[in-house]
Amino acid sequence: MHDIIRVTGLTKRFNELTAVNDLSFSVKEGDVYGFLGQNGAGKSTTIRMLLTLIAPTSGEIELFGKKLSGNKNEILSQIGAVIEKPDVYKYLSAYENLKLFAKLSDKKISHQQLMDQLEMVGLAHRAKDKVRTFSQGMKQRLGIAIALVHKPKLIILDEPTNGLDPQGIADIRNLILHLSRERNKTILVSSHLLSEIEQVATRMIIIDKGRKLVEGSVAELFDPAQTLIELDTFNNVEAKQKISNSNWAASLQSSRNELVVMKLDKKDIPQLHRFLIDNNIDVLSLQPRHSLEDYFLQVTSGNQHVEAFTN
Amino acid sequence: MWKLLQIELFKIYRRPRTYIAFGAITAMIGIIQLGLKVDGKEYMEFVMADLSSSFQFEGNLLNGYFVCFVLLNLLLVHVPLLISLIAADMISGEANMGTLRLLLTKPISRTEFILAKFFAAAIYTLTLLIWLAVLALFVSMAVFGTDDMFVMKNYYAVQISADDVFWRYVGAFGFAALAMTTVAALGFFLSLFAENSIGPIVATISVIIVTTVLSTMSVPIFNAIKPYLFTTHMVTWKEFFDEKVDAENNVIKGTIENPDRIITSVIVLSIHIVVFVGASIWIFKKKDVLS
Repeated sequence: MHDIIRVTGLTKRFNELTAVNDLSFSVKEGDVYGFLGQNGAGKSTTIRMLLTLIAPTSGEIELFGKKLSGNKNEILSQIGAVIEKPDVYKYLSAYENLKLFAKLSDKKISHQQLMDQLEMVGLAHRAKDKVRTFSQGMKQRLGIAIALVHKPKLIILDEPTNGLDPQGIADIRNLILHLSRERNKTILVSSHLLSEIEQVATRMIIIDKGRKLVEGSVAELFDPAQTLIELDTFNNVEAKQKISNSNWAASLQSSRNELVVMKLDKKDIPQLHRFLIDNNIDVLSLQPRHSLEDYFLQVTSGNQHVEAFTN
Repeated sequence: MWKLLQIELFKIYRRPRTYIAFGAITAMIGIIQLGLKVDGKEYMEFVMADLSSSFQFEGNLLNGYFVCFVLLNLLLVHVPLLISLIAADMISGEANMGTLRLLLTKPISRTEFILAKFFAAAIYTLTLLIWLAVLALFVSMAVFGTDDMFVMKNYYAVQISADDVFWRYVGAFGFAALAMTTVAALGFFLSLFAENSIGPIVATISVIIVTTVLSTMSVPIFNAIKPYLFTTHMVTWKEFFDEKVDAENNVIKGTIENPDRIITSVIVLSIHIVVFVGASIWIFKKKDVLS
């Protein structure tokens, strides 16, 4: 599989702020590439540089094997994008919006193709309705229809589930899987929610403060044997003390709150539980954590940035 | 480029806001025409008060040509405000809606994008002036009839033969279109710097008010900059309604007293348009589109 996107040493500075810092990554053909990071991590800035909305301060971007600078229109004609909010013309109908943006692509798109596209995102029955009457989820689906109408090879979705209800999130997830599996599209999807990305992505990158933390396949990044455990007891200070004086001390992680956080093999959890009971530690809850913040804690422990370990 | 222009025009003419200006012009002209139709005689007596003691007037003085001249005098000051509603919204409105970034992810060049948007704003301006011409000239001609046109100048009066008037209006409306396109170019330029349309609309109107004040005030310190202000040249359309006279003081039909003033104004306004649009392209090509 060859690279569809190759980013090398990408940096963007806004005056004193470095939004993206020496970022390098590659997206291969057929990937559903998860682009993860907390709000303000530099995801949107990177995506906007890929889409020529923002000029990089330094670094190189190659798409489809060609440099973005100098081949802008040729490259953009092969990309479909939804950037954050699904912003379309509210005073136009869904069909008019789709037709308008379809016209801007280099391809001739028939009425039937436009209707098929609306059908695919479940909006064919609302084709003639003004967008101002649409829910957030419907607008998002229209945005995706606009991104797909010219049959792009690469689809870039920036936070596509922002503001959606659970059903809307599930719809977007299913759509991404459909596009990847049935239509063989390469997809770059950004999110600050790890739970969303892990269900659809084949590979992913996590960035923080504009820098790469990790990059690799989902299977490689999530070692199922290791998990973060969040422990809450009646006296967490005492619990932490007892744990640090035991054989479990190596499993203790730094914590941003009063809870006790440990990293250990899943199979050791019952043993830990027994240890706590044996030491008269009254457990209120003991639960594995599974959020991006937790994962950040995991990958940034030791305060070092982890280079890509797979390619 | 043509495709982009079609899209921009489609968007402009599908927006309800576009028709505010058409509605406002229709209402203003209708009210003035109704007033003159009902009470025009008294108005003419007031206008001619200084001359009626020395001259005898015959014929239909309150004719369509005269009414149109009155309307243009009253309205061309206000039309820039209506034009800025659309022109100053061209880029900032898209930024506000968030559609700007979606548009720019399509395979179009930023220069073509800006040019298409500006031409669309210019076409809107043109259609607004055509609508103004239809109501102010043709409707007035139909309602008030036609006759020789009487124009009061500062120190003299001009009587233009009825068969020598129409082409002057064609020229005046053409000139007004250029002047209003300059306003559109200013509003368009200012719309680059904001992410909502209110700021650029207010800024455009403010620039017009300030430069109009500078253009009209006879203060020596301002006289040096007056020739370079576009507002100084926006009223030059009136020059179409002044005729040359021969040695015996007979009017020479089909002439304009000061054509050089019109040419100068056309050049100054055109330079303003080129500068505003050129600067818009230059800035927009470098601009990071965040919203």
